[in-house]
Amino acid sequence: MSEMNYLTADYTLKSWFLTTDHKRIAILYFASLIFFFFIGGAAATAIRIELATPQADLVSSDIYNRLFTMHGIIMVWFFLIPSIPNTLGNFIVPLMIGARDLAFPRLNLLSWYIFMLGGCTTLFAIFAGGIDTGWTFYTPFSTLYSNSYVIVAAAGVFIAGFSSILTGLNFIVTIHRLRAPGLTWYRLPLFLWSLYATSVILVLATPVLAITLLLIATERFFGVGIFDPRIGGDPLLFQHLFWFYSHPAVYIMILPGMGVVNELISCYSRKQVFGYKFVAWASLAIAAVGFLVWGHHMFVSGQSLVASLVFSFMSFIVAVPSAIKVFNWTATLHKGSIHFDAPMLYALAFIGLFTIGGLTGLFLACLAFDVHATDTYFVVAHFHYIMVGGMVTAYFGGLHYWWPKITGRLYSEYWARTAAVLIFFGFNLTFFPQFILGAEGMPRRYHVYPPEFQLWNVLSSGGAVILAVAYLMPLFYLGYSAFFGRRAPANPWNAPGLEWQTSSPPPGFNFTTQPVVTRAPYQYNRDFQAEPQNA
Amino acid sequence: MTQWRPPLSLIGAWLVLLALLALTVTLAYVPLGAGNAIVAMSIGTIKAGIVAAIFMELRHRSGLTLVFAGAGLFWLGILLWLGLMDFLTRT
Ligand code: HEM
Ligand SMILES: [Cu+2]
Repeated sequence: MSEMNYLTADYTLKSWFLTTDHKRIAILYFASLIFFFFIGGAAATAIRIELATPQADLVSSDIYNRLFTMHGIIMVWFFLIPSIPNTLGNFIVPLMIGARDLAFPRLNLLSWYIFMLGGCTTLFAIFAGGIDTGWTFYTPFSTLYSNSYVIVAAAGVFIAGFSSILTGLNFIVTIHRLRAPGLTWYRLPLFLWSLYATSVILVLATPVLAITLLLIATERFFGVGIFDPRIGGDPLLFQHLFWFYSHPAVYIMILPGMGVVNELISCYSRKQVFGYKFVAWASLAIAAVGFLVWGHHMFVSGQSLVASLVFSFMSFIVAVPSAIKVFNWTATLHKGSIHFDAPMLYALAFIGLFTIGGLTGLFLACLAFDVHATDTYFVVAHFHYIMVGGMVTAYFGGLHYWWPKITGRLYSEYWARTAAVLIFFGFNLTFFPQFILGAEGMPRRYHVYPPEFQLWNVLSSGGAVILAVAYLMPLFYLGYSAFFGRRAPANPWNAPGLEWQTSSPPPGFNFTTQPVVTRAPYQYNRDFQAEPQNA
Repeated sequence: MTQWRPPLSLIGAWLVLLALLALTVTLAYVPLGAGNAIVAMSIGTIKAGIVAAIFMELRHRSGLTLVFAGAGLFWLGILLWLGLMDFLTRT
């Protein structure tokens, strides 16, 4: 590393905490998210230990309520929503479009500070006594009965929401305004299309969550009747507002993962993504239609039958663009020159696990089935297949793929593949039994259960141990490689994207000369050699 | 952002918003039956319009910015439409 890069430019603490370099901010986010992932993971571990036996042995029901609430809140808002956008997205977006930075570098730094303020507020609520409402904060429990730190935790989520909005805004403006000469919309790598769609949801949906949390505070503090029927409110209004945000938010959590998978599948099949335009528009279709289905979380809430039927129908529609993507990734593999490098193992795992998650989503979208399955472990298994099997796997895949670009070092392929296989195995062992438990009627959110459910619960807890070990492994071999790994060349995977045409790690302003784009993304010649987008 | 202008329009808009707020509160105590809700909503809409035009400076913008602002309004419409679908068809 003779020349200067963004890591060696300056070593002072100030140069990190006041940086406006998108690459350094990505690393600030990365470190923070590891921290939150551990806190959320610790809660999950405690939950799985408790559930290894039918009786209550580790915690009381009160503590158990606090554990799963803390797990959900931390994992959703302080890990999964910012995960890919704020780390990999922050790092890669300007590189992929041939820009020096995001459109608003200082806003980017501000978003990290706001995020940390929100995170610390919520952590304070957790350690001061916890929250027992579940991550969904349902009224009237959250407004009238809960004797826990609801308002403080909600305030933390409220604050963190603004960092989401700033990030979404930044990406939208960047993708509109800072594309390199020649980089037309249909030449954008699909990762950018999916981040664009994610950003649109972030900007349109997050304010509704903020308003909803403010309304809870208004009712709890001032007794204004909004959700409480005794003073003229409507308890279902809360669920409508909450899910108007939170269903689209599940797409905030999966779209960036889909985006990463496009890059991986194409690179390790040495082929362009099949049906590029369909995949690109499918992202926007998911963003749009995702706003029309929230009522599928409310089938048994007492909403009207007409509403349930309409929401059920819409939920079937929203699966179509996701299915298009799955088919197109599969078609991309066809006749490709497939390399089973570690990132590709994650990408393939993603396709399988996401498909199971998506298909069981369709079961649940079916009104007659959901009435039985709602609030059982079937739902828990469904969303973990997508959020953990899908999104977390894509996050790890993307992290490995871009690791040489971020750190300038190569990791151990052997350990990376081992971890990928272990994650896949541990994940399925943890969550597949939960489908069975759910189908047999085990409700979610209880810490005791009838003895006949024990077998599947023990399998699930055993799987969780494997999964936990597998998730810890990258910390060691990636951490080791960051300091002692072999130096990475600019383009170790032979990929055509602009981010691979600059040195690893990139210099402070990314490119020494402004790249000019001359061709579509994902081009490989007959010998499976990448044809760089700018050559 | 190069030259600083006295934000007269901002102060004016703020005063108008305060006046409209006072009007809302006053009218809330005048019994109009169903009219109360209509009056409150209409005043609210005017306030939102003022915020959009003056604070958000949408009156000076064109093209893509208006499209995005319009999208926000459109999505609010979705929230009201599908939300009301439940409230209006409950038995
Ligand atoms: C293929 C499209 C999908 C469909 C049709 C679908 C359908 C559903 C339905 C109907 C429920 C409600 C089940 C119940 O509570 O009784 C549900 C729950 C859930 N889904 Fe999905 N889903 C889809 C994709 C996703 C994605 C992409 C994610 C996350 C990234 C996700 C995360 C969740 C979560 C977190 C819950 C449970 C929320 C809670 O009650 O705590 N789903 N899904
Ligand atoms: Cu949903």
